[in-house]
Amino acid sequence: MAGQINTRKATLETLALDAQLANERIDVTLPPSLAPLGLIHPISRTMDEMAAIFGAMGIAIAEGPDVEDDWRNFGALNIPAHHSAREDMDTFYLPGLHGDHRRRVLRTHTSPVQVRTMLSQAPPIRVIVPGRTYRADHDATHSPMFHQVEGLVIDRGITLGHLKGCLIDFLRAFFGISSLPVRFRSSYFPFTEPSMEVDIGWNRKTGELGGGGDWLEILGSGMVHPKVLANCGIDPREWQGFAFGMGIERVTMLKHGIPDLRPFYESDIRWLRHYGFSALAPVALHEGV
Amino acid sequence: MKFTLSWLKTHLETTAPLDEITDTLTRVGLELEGVEDRAAPLAPFVIAHVIEAIQHPNADRLRACKVDTGSGIVSVVCGAPNARTGMKAVFAPPGAFIPGTGITLKVGEIRGVQSAGMLLSAREMGLGDDHDGIVDLPADAPLGMGYAAWAGIDDPVIDIAVTPNRGDALSVRGVARDLAAAGLGTLRPFAPAKLPGSFPSAVIWAIEDSDACRWVLGRTVRNLKNGPSPQWLQDRLTSIGLRPINALVDITNFFTIDLGRPLHVFDADKVQGGKLTFRPGAGEKFRALNGKDYAVRPEDCAIADTAGVQSLAGVIGGEVTGCDEATTSVFLECALFNPVRVALSGRHHGLTSDARQRFERGIDPALLPDAVEAATQMILDLCGGEASLVTEAGAEPVWQRNATLRFARIRDLGGLDVAPDDAVASLESLGFKTVSRDALSVTSAVPPWRNDIAANTDLEASPDLPAEKLAAAAAGRAEIEPECDLIEEVLRLRGLDAVPPVSLPISGIVPPATLTPRQTRRAIARRILAANGMVECVTFSFMAHEHAAMFGTAPDAQRLLNPIASDLDQMRPTPIATLALAAARNAARGYPDLGLFEIGPAFHDDGSQTQVAAGLRCGSPPRHWSDPQRGATAMEAEAMMDAKAMVWTVLAALGVPMEALSVTADAPGFYHPGQSGCVRQGPKTILATFGALHPSVIKALDLPKPVAAFEITLDAIHDPKRRKKALPDLPSLQPLKRDFAFLVDTTVAAEAVLRAAKGAERTLISGATLFDVYTGDKLPDGKKSLAVEITFQPRDHTLTDAEIEAACVKVVAAVAKTTGSVLR
Repeated sequence: MAGQINTRKATLETLALDAQLANERIDVTLPPSLAPLGLIHPISRTMDEMAAIFGAMGIAIAEGPDVEDDWRNFGALNIPAHHSAREDMDTFYLPGLHGDHRRRVLRTHTSPVQVRTMLSQAPPIRVIVPGRTYRADHDATHSPMFHQVEGLVIDRGITLGHLKGCLIDFLRAFFGISSLPVRFRSSYFPFTEPSMEVDIGWNRKTGELGGGGDWLEILGSGMVHPKVLANCGIDPREWQGFAFGMGIERVTMLKHGIPDLRPFYESDIRWLRHYGFSALAPVALHEGV
Repeated sequence: MKFTLSWLKTHLETTAPLDEITDTLTRVGLELEGVEDRAAPLAPFVIAHVIEAIQHPNADRLRACKVDTGSGIVSVVCGAPNARTGMKAVFAPPGAFIPGTGITLKVGEIRGVQSAGMLLSAREMGLGDDHDGIVDLPADAPLGMGYAAWAGIDDPVIDIAVTPNRGDALSVRGVARDLAAAGLGTLRPFAPAKLPGSFPSAVIWAIEDSDACRWVLGRTVRNLKNGPSPQWLQDRLTSIGLRPINALVDITNFFTIDLGRPLHVFDADKVQGGKLTFRPGAGEKFRALNGKDYAVRPEDCAIADTAGVQSLAGVIGGEVTGCDEATTSVFLECALFNPVRVALSGRHHGLTSDARQRFERGIDPALLPDAVEAATQMILDLCGGEASLVTEAGAEPVWQRNATLRFARIRDLGGLDVAPDDAVASLESLGFKTVSRDALSVTSAVPPWRNDIAANTDLEASPDLPAEKLAAAAAGRAEIEPECDLIEEVLRLRGLDAVPPVSLPISGIVPPATLTPRQTRRAIARRILAANGMVECVTFSFMAHEHAAMFGTAPDAQRLLNPIASDLDQMRPTPIATLALAAARNAARGYPDLGLFEIGPAFHDDGSQTQVAAGLRCGSPPRHWSDPQRGATAMEAEAMMDAKAMVWTVLAALGVPMEALSVTADAPGFYHPGQSGCVRQGPKTILATFGALHPSVIKALDLPKPVAAFEITLDAIHDPKRRKKALPDLPSLQPLKRDFAFLVDTTVAAEAVLRAAKGAERTLISGATLFDVYTGDKLPDGKKSLAVEITFQPRDHTLTDAEIEAACVKVVAAVAKTTGSVLR
């Protein structure tokens, strides 16, 4: 009898629970409320990747102001007044003077930060300088504001071989192609000697990096000119080193196949959502940048 | 700089194929821009004999031709009116691509007559606009020969980029010298014979502006006959894009390219007073060879006769004394100008020329006498006449310099092992002369055309350097720079690809920090904002000053003197300004609901800049089925609070002591005055601002409402004082919570209530959270109710009811004292 009662009770409980569960049904296909997706701009992503790769070479990040004086931007870098390079760089000027006679300019490269670093820090020096740069040039492939990263390594016994090694290591890590062909061509910049331009191998037709037999110019570099060292109070008999500079947008476009420069600054939300990076995507060498 | 292969070979004896030459150019630093092989598209076209051209039986305007192509006789239908029996023409066989029409030929039948090829017009070959008829060649044109070879346009045109330091390579001879030094052949000798003059020059020189003109040579050639240049010279010039004018002018253009030595020719009969003077301009008008008038300034160097300015030195010659086909007596100018003066003149007047380009970069100061002889010889060869004695003014400047190279430095700086003998041989092949040499070093005399080597220009050292340091650096530079110059020469001839790459050694055991604390703050802020749903932008640092003025004062100190466009003339006072414009653009595209942020510079009225993280949200948040319906007012308040939340989240993540912050209602004027605040740390430091944007800004920029923004001054946040953290507070007793509802005037700040509550019993109260704000008709007018949860954290014993009660009383009393509240 007691057994029958228990059985019956259990049955009734099951039925009641079934009825309750049926009542509690929620449409599981309802869309959940999602936190909006934030994203990081490709330029920031590239700068983070550069910090990771160069950081592993013991290189730190230096920075400085966008508004500089013309000595740091030109004179200290062996670009004298009337030099064609000052014209080539299509400089933006601001009113007023820095100090007694130096004109205020929007920096045309991040090299003024190299000058600041050499004046404020005794060698050895290992820095990269990413940042905003400005030139009065506006068309499909030029923007009046763009970003550069420059590097400066000064020590005893640093040679052109180290410059080549540093750049080859960086370019292969950044583009993730261990066999990326890298070519070095003799060239000229006022602030380095010997100077060289660096090309990477690619296929001009497909845009694919790595092979294809064509060369794409990607950056300029060289051994720091003795005059630049001396202008900054460093004795070139004791110290020597290298410097390089490249466009951040350019390498970003190449790495991610972004065809056009101008949308980088347009803030078109559709473009940003397409090319932006997850806030939490790690930039770490062990993950492969 | 352009030149043709055959032109190069007049200076370089070589058997190297074209691609080896072009590869070598790039390797040694004369970067190949392109090779134009004009013969390639003409390869299928041969010279043919039209055996017979008769009227097409079925078409009025066509002719049926029988053509001997040299390799057979074919039938061709031709539409050209000048097709005639017996003529020599250019034939394209089936399969050939016709550049002028973009068509590949096929064998066809035109109105019943077979056509197995085509007779071509110049335009069809892509060689000009002439399409009146087919090309009519001379009768002696050899049957079956390639047209390009016969016409002499099978000479590849090489274009190289010459860097600003290599004025010497703006000449065919300079290029040939580099190639020879790189092992591609032998530089042919250049030693023009010295021509005796038979009479004094009809025109002489005078230099009054010796800063502009250091040295000048001249010579008259009289009784000559000017006219068109011979074909070879015209071909040279046209192949590199220069227009042949007449023999005298063409000769000057030839030497500009051939030797990098610009020359000028005056019609000697048109020079007034028999003398040409180099002097500063005096503002007079001068009509240049391009037909335009220029006012010659004192900064310019004029070349003048008694009638006026006849030439702008180093830049452009004058129309009045120019040489034309009637010229019978010429005065040749071969001068050495101050590169900076020429550059500034050219730049001021907007004149670029092959001459200016070469003078600017510096020309060979020792070449003047030889150049005069070579040019005279060519004038005599092409135009006849008799040459005068050479006349001159000024003097050859001292250009002789030595440079010393320690052989070990090629390895120690350049990273390449080069045997001393090889290094010396390289320098000598480039024209350096060995002055002295021992086992360790060589001292070489720099050739006159390399003004970039051992140039010893002035330092522009930092004025802040201590004298001793500067002296050492200057001495070091004087010693090292010429050596660097020579190392570069030795390396570039071998190619930098020869230098073995060496990975940068990681010295020391502790890797240095890559990021400074400031940079780390930026990275954290970026990730926090993106993780909270905001999308990062990079906008321009400059904007239209009208727009900037809505977000600050738009001072002159931050306005560009030479903006590229009027809407990019003012440095932005805050990235909120450029983000607002970005939001407006997105709204105009149909995307009004956004959260954007940017980390970058803000430019202040005093000329300084700070690094800020700025954000802007506008439009409605996405609607969701589970959300309650909200009115516009609620959404505005929510947007503003959301902006504040971003500030709080970022500051907390950056380790700012949040309990020390206060908010004041004095945010900048572009915010809504009643819905904005400044976040302060202490009385002076403003860490951030936030709030709804001012309605007038929203209206002016046509932004979708609501709009709230924030700006966090990352540079105002202090670096952490020490690396080690204090020990954590981990009490063993459980915290307990009590709720209070305070009735206060609506003007009372919530922060005041919370601060008072927390301060009531500092050791015991560990937190105070506002969980409800109520205003409504159940309350008296002008009152609001703030509901607060207080957390008590017992320290050494469990609290008794009486102790809890006493603490609660203290809270109520403290809040009442500072805010006039009553417990509800």
